[in-house]
Amino acid sequence: MKLITFAGPPSSGKTSVILKLIEAMAIDVNTIGVVKFDCLTSFDNLRYAEKGVRVETGFSGKLCPDHFFVSNIEAAVEWGLKCGFGTLISESAGLCNRCSPYIQGILAVCVIDNLSGVNTPRKIGPMLKMADIVVVTKGDIVSQAEREVFAFNIRQVNTAARIIFVNGITGQGASLLARHLQGARELTSLRDMKLRFTTPAAVCSYCTGEMRIGAEYQMGTMKRMEFKTE
Amino acid sequence: MSSEKYLEMAIATPLNQILAEHPICRDFFMNLRLTDLDWNLPLMQALDHSDQDAITEFGLDRGMILREFSLFLETFSRVAADAASIRSLTIIGGHGKSGEPEIAQWTATVGEIISIVGPTGSGKSRLLADIECLADGDTPTGRRIHIDGREVSEGQRFDMEGKLVAQLSQNMNFVMDLTVREFLEMHAGSRMTRDAENAIARCFECANELAGEKFTPETKVTQLSGGQSRALMIADTACMSSSPVVLIDEIENAGIDRRQAIKLLAQKEKIVFISTHDPLLALSADKRLVIKNGCISRIIETSVEEKNCLDAIEKLDATLLRLRNRLRHGHEISMNTVKGEEQN
Ligand SMILES: Nc1ncnc2c1ncn2[C@@H]1O[C@H](COP(=O)(O)OP(=O)(O)OP(=O)(O)O)[C@@H](O)[C@H]1O
Ligand SMILES: Nc1nc2c(ncn2[C@@H]2O[C@H](COP(=O)(O)OP(=O)(O)O)[C@@H](O)[C@H]2O)c(=O)[nH]1
Ligand SMILES: [Mg+2]
Ligand SMILES: [Mg+2]
Ligand SMILES: [Zn+2]
Ligand SMILES: [Zn+2]
Repeated sequence: MKLITFAGPPSSGKTSVILKLIEAMAIDVNTIGVVKFDCLTSFDNLRYAEKGVRVETGFSGKLCPDHFFVSNIEAAVEWGLKCGFGTLISESAGLCNRCSPYIQGILAVCVIDNLSGVNTPRKIGPMLKMADIVVVTKGDIVSQAEREVFAFNIRQVNTAARIIFVNGITGQGASLLARHLQGARELTSLRDMKLRFTTPAAVCSYCTGEMRIGAEYQMGTMKRMEFKTE
Repeated sequence: MSSEKYLEMAIATPLNQILAEHPICRDFFMNLRLTDLDWNLPLMQALDHSDQDAITEFGLDRGMILREFSLFLETFSRVAADAASIRSLTIIGGHGKSGEPEIAQWTATVGEIISIVGPTGSGKSRLLADIECLADGDTPTGRRIHIDGREVSEGQRFDMEGKLVAQLSQNMNFVMDLTVREFLEMHAGSRMTRDAENAIARCFECANELAGEKFTPETKVTQLSGGQSRALMIADTACMSSSPVVLIDEIENAGIDRRQAIKLLAQKEKIVFISTHDPLLALSADKRLVIKNGCISRIIETSVEEKNCLDAIEKLDATLLRLRNRLRHGHEISMNTVKGEEQN
């Protein structure tokens, strides 16, 4: 089975692109499964189900979505193998721009959209920087110049990635993406594989339920800003 | 220059000197929040004196930054040089909506402007889409696109990565909060244009020639009228974009000087396809493809007689514009206004 991880900011077009990708792959939908990692709610399962794609959804709730991803992806792979999928796709909504649910040796796709502003690629961290393929959506509604500058700014942050323009609505570009994904490697387990980037450190008192504001309530890993008054 | 050379340069050359030669490298440091390095030192020494915590937050160490910096230098030295260039584009015919075959094949060469005409729903946008994705028998039309007389190899397909085609359509808008000047500066910057000042000035001038109503460099792009944005997009695509193929889908309602727009695009050594319902645009092109029920059914070379009609068509167009303007300004219309005899 092949595993492909998709990540990207909310509403960047991940689900749309994955659905168009599955169409472009022109294979039996029963050989594909999707795992959706989300925080609180998600309606993506309905969109996948509508196209006959098997989907499992997990909610991280009060946990950091990245921690949640790592602790569940191995079981997701086992589920995929048990279902006999040829390809398993994970979709995670990156929330903090630092999220990077990518695993070394596993094809990583980041989806970002042209509407988020030309400088956004420079502000997205590991999620963009560590991806093998960057899919850019919503090019149909911005100018050519903005598309070009957007791609240029992606290149600044990730010199090695393939940049592919996909229209999440018409599917334009999805077949090129499908070609790129053919090279994804076969695997039978994720045991002992490693993440590409550390997950956010989350061991402060607020992680464990503290709600009060004030230094005496703060313990564990804290990072304080410095405010200068001249 | 080889990768090792870039690495050597990153190791040995003081940052100042690199920045002077490659201003784009400033962005590399900004992206990593490294803004107060000692620029007189080479990278590694400069990093010794910088905030190590910030570096680790990006998941990097000094060695990795060095490697990334030399990759960055290499990548952007290449970007400046590698505008995709082509000589011709061939459409290998597929089939229409009911499976009927279309023309066998047809080739457009650099410098040509081709209009695409046909009834609504006939497949004009589809043809543009086939060109954009370099169709390989994998679209509903079964068409194939060849470049420079040859099939596009997998490697080429990957290499071109959206650099081949520039697109312009009615639905496209500016979404950035920038002035026209800042917008052009930004685009020129990303193209690493050598003589940016000049290129920007020229592009701005062209845009204003095309626009019915003039605008200044300090106008926000989001505040431009429909016609002005279209004019800026066309001028920008002609003057700044490096893509050798331009696809334009229905820009007619925009109130811009369309003949001038075609002239501008024609100067630029590109292959331009324009899907249109507008006689002025259709006949300003060198050739037009007629689409019928999904097929390219005819290819017509614009005749001398047709070219001679352009002036008359332009007059008709001017009459309509005059009527529109009079209505806009609250005047009444008479047969004389229609004939163009009454001036105010
Ligand atoms: N050869 C073909 N085979 C199958 N479907 C086709 C073919 N050509 C076009 N179509 C489909 O027909 C539909 C209408 O085509 P398209 O949008 O390109 O029309 P158009 O000429 O651009 O119309 P308009 O003038 O309204 O913009 C699209 O869904 C397109 O994919
Ligand atoms: N115009 C346009 N809209 C798009 C494109 N891709 C996605 N969308 C729209 O963007 C919205 C969010 O897409 P979705 O796939 O749910 O994003 P996700 O949250 O990343 O999975 C939906 O309304 C899509 O229809 C695109 O290429 N162009
Ligand atoms: Mg989604
Ligand atoms: Mg159309
Ligand atoms: Zn996160
Ligand atoms: Zn915490």
